[in-house]
Amino acid sequence: MNALQSVPLNHYILLSAMLFAIGVIGVLVRRNAIIIFMCIELMLNAVNLLMVAFSAHHGDGSGQVFVFFIMAVAAAEVAVGLAILIMIHRNSKTTDIDFLNKLKF
Amino acid sequence: MKELVWLVPLFPLIGFLIIGLFKNNFSKKLAGTIASGAILASFTVSLGIFIELLSGAEKTFTYTLFDWITSGDFSVAIAFLVDPLSSIMLLIITGVGFLIHLYSIGYMHDDEGYAKFFSYLNLFVFFMLLLVLGNNYLLMFAGWEGVGLASYLLIGFWFKNQSYNDAAKKAFIVNRIGDLGFVLGIILIFITFGSINYADVFGSAMSHPSNEPVIVLITLLLFVGAMGKSAQIPLYTWLPDAMAGPTPVSALIHAATMVTAGVYMIARSNVLYSLSPTTLTIVAIVGAVTAVFAATIGILQNDIKKVLAYSTVSQLGYMFLAMGVGAFTGGIFHLATHAFFKALLFLGAGSVIHAMGGEQDIRKMGGLKKYLPITYMTFLIGTIAISGIPPFSGFFSKDEILAHAFAANPLLWILGIAGSIMTAFYMFRLFYLTFSGTFRGTEHQKHHLHESPSTMTIPLIVLAVLAALAGFIGVPEVLGGSHLLEHFLDPVFEDSKLILFTNHLSHSTEYMLMGTAVGILILVILFARNKYFTNNEIPKSDEDKKSVFANLVYNKYYVDEIYDAIIVKPLDFLSGVFFKFFELKGIDSIVNSTGKLVIGLSDTFRRLQTGHVGFYIFMMVISIVAILFFNLI
Repeated sequence: MNALQSVPLNHYILLSAMLFAIGVIGVLVRRNAIIIFMCIELMLNAVNLLMVAFSAHHGDGSGQVFVFFIMAVAAAEVAVGLAILIMIHRNSKTTDIDFLNKLKF
Repeated sequence: MKELVWLVPLFPLIGFLIIGLFKNNFSKKLAGTIASGAILASFTVSLGIFIELLSGAEKTFTYTLFDWITSGDFSVAIAFLVDPLSSIMLLIITGVGFLIHLYSIGYMHDDEGYAKFFSYLNLFVFFMLLLVLGNNYLLMFAGWEGVGLASYLLIGFWFKNQSYNDAAKKAFIVNRIGDLGFVLGIILIFITFGSINYADVFGSAMSHPSNEPVIVLITLLLFVGAMGKSAQIPLYTWLPDAMAGPTPVSALIHAATMVTAGVYMIARSNVLYSLSPTTLTIVAIVGAVTAVFAATIGILQNDIKKVLAYSTVSQLGYMFLAMGVGAFTGGIFHLATHAFFKALLFLGAGSVIHAMGGEQDIRKMGGLKKYLPITYMTFLIGTIAISGIPPFSGFFSKDEILAHAFAANPLLWILGIAGSIMTAFYMFRLFYLTFSGTFRGTEHQKHHLHESPSTMTIPLIVLAVLAALAGFIGVPEVLGGSHLLEHFLDPVFEDSKLILFTNHLSHSTEYMLMGTAVGILILVILFARNKYFTNNEIPKSDEDKKSVFANLVYNKYYVDEIYDAIIVKPLDFLSGVFFKFFELKGIDSIVNSTGKLVIGLSDTFRRLQTGHVGFYIFMMVISIVAILFFNLI
C-alpha cells in the first residue's frame, strides 16, 4: 500500500468534480479564447483523474490505458486549436470571443 | 417463308432507327434509299408469304417471338398471325408503301426535313405492320396507337405553320375518343373470354348465343375505336384537316392504310360482329350515312386534297357498309382497290401540286393535260376506277358491296347508289377542272409547269395499272368469274358464314342492280363533263353569294363549328372554372401556405443563430446537462 492508495476514493471524486466545475464555469464566463481553451483542458484532466482513481480502486488497468489515449488526442486537439487561435489572432488582432460573431444566418 | 414473318416489321424498324439516329450524317439520297429499301425488303418477304399461303394447305400460322406481359391469368405474347387476311394487308401496306416511299424521294427532294420524313414514314409502316400482324388485341392496339403517333408527327411535319400543328393535334385528340372505346372493348373482351388472343376469343365466342348483350357492347366499343381511326360519323372531322401533311403522307396514311385499320379490325373480329346483328346494323347505317354525307361535302370543295379527303371518308363508309351487311370479303376487297386508286389519286394530286408550286385550289388550275401527260392519264384511270365504271377495279368492289347491301336492305342500297353518284360527279368535276380547259393560274406558275421526275411518275404508272386491273381478283360469279379473293379469304370468314344468315340475290336481280348503277353513273359523268368540260364552268370564288344550301355544304355543314360550340367551348369554359377555383384557390393556396408556414417558422428560429460563440457554448453546456439529466432519470 503506497501513500496514494491510502487516500479514499471520495476525495478523488470530489477533487475531479471541483476541477470539472471550475473548467465549466471558466468556459462559460471567460471571454478570452485561450482561457476557454485551457478550461477545456482542465475538464479533460478532471475526467482523466477520475478515470485513474477508479482504475486504481478496482485494480483494473484498462482505465489508465484510456487516459493515455485521451492525453494523446488532447495533445493533437491542442495543436489544432492553438493553430486556429493563431490564425484568428492574425486576422482579427483579438482572441475575444465576443468579437467572433460572424457565424450566423 | 412463313417463319420469316418477323422480318416484315423488322426492316422498317431498322430503317427508322438508322435514319432517325444518324440522319445528320446522311446524304438525302442515302436516307431515301434506305427507307425505300427497307420497305421493298418487307414487300419481298410479304410476297413470299402470300405465295406460300396461296399454294400451301396450311392457311393459318402463328409465329411467337417472345412473351410480352404475363400477370396471373393474363398473358400476352409478341406473336404474329399469318393468315389470308393479314397477308393481303401486308401486301397492300408494303406494296403501296414502297411505291409511296419511292414517290416521296422525288416529291420531298428539296425539303429540309427530308431524312426526318423518311424515318417517320418507316416508323409508320412498322406500326402498321404490327397492327395487322398481331395475334391479339393488345398488340393490335399497340400498332393502333403507334400509327396514330406517326400520323400526328407527319400531319404536323411542317410544324412551323401553326394551323398544321392544330390539325395534327385535332387528329390525335379525336382519335383519342375512339381509342377509349377500343381500350374498354379490349378490357371487356378479357373479362368476358379470359383472353385477348384472337384464336381463344373467337373460339369461345362461338358458343355464345346471338345478340348477347355483352358481345353487343364489346362490338359497339370496338366500333367506336374504328369510328375514330377510320373517320366515320361522328368522328370524321380530323381526316380532312389531316391533309395538312405532305401529300405522300395523305396517300399512305390517310387514304391507303391507316384509316382502313378500323375496317381491318372489324374484319378480324368478324366472329364477334356476326354474333351481334344489332351492332352490324349500326355499322351498316353509320357506314352508309357517312358515305353519302361525306360525298355531298366533296361536291363543293375547291381544294384538290380536300375533295380527295372527303372522298376517302365516303369510301371508308362503303367499307363499313360492307362490314355491316356481312360482306366481309367485299369490304376487304374495296379496302384493297381503294388503297390502289386512292393512293394513285393522291399521288396524282401531289404531282399536280408539285407542278403548280404548292397551289391546291382547283379554280386556279385547268388545262394541265398538255403539261402533265403522265399524271393526266393515271389520274383519269384513278377517277374512272373510283367512280365504279367497269372493268376498272372500283366497279367490282363497289358492286359487290352494293349487291350485299341490297340483299340486306334496299334502303342501304339506295344510300350506296346516291353516294356513288356523287362520287362520280365530284371526281369528274375535279378531274375536268384540273386537267381540261385553259390554265387559270399566274404567268409565273405557267412558266414553271413541268411533268414530275421519274421517281414520281413510275409509282403513278404502277398504281394506275393496279387500279385498273385489281378488280379482276374478285370478279363475281354472275359475271363469269370465280371470285378468287373470296376463296382465298374463306378460312378467315368461314365461322361468320355459319352464324350469319345472308340473303342471296338471284342473278337477274344482280344484273339489274349492276345495269342500273352503271347506267346512272354514265349519265352523271356525262352531266359533269357537260358542265365542267363543254361549258367550262368554274366554281364561284369565296366572295360570291351562294344559295343557302350551297353555303351549308361548302362550309361542310358547319360540323366543325357545331363541335366547337357544343364540345370544345363548354370544355374550355369548364377548364377555366376548374382553373380559377380549384387550381388557383384550392390547390395553389394549400401549397403556398405550406411554404409560407415554413418560411415564417424559420424566420423565427433563425434568431437563435446569434453568432456569439459564448452563447453557443452556453447552449452546449445546457444541452449536455439536459441530456445527462434525462438519461439519468
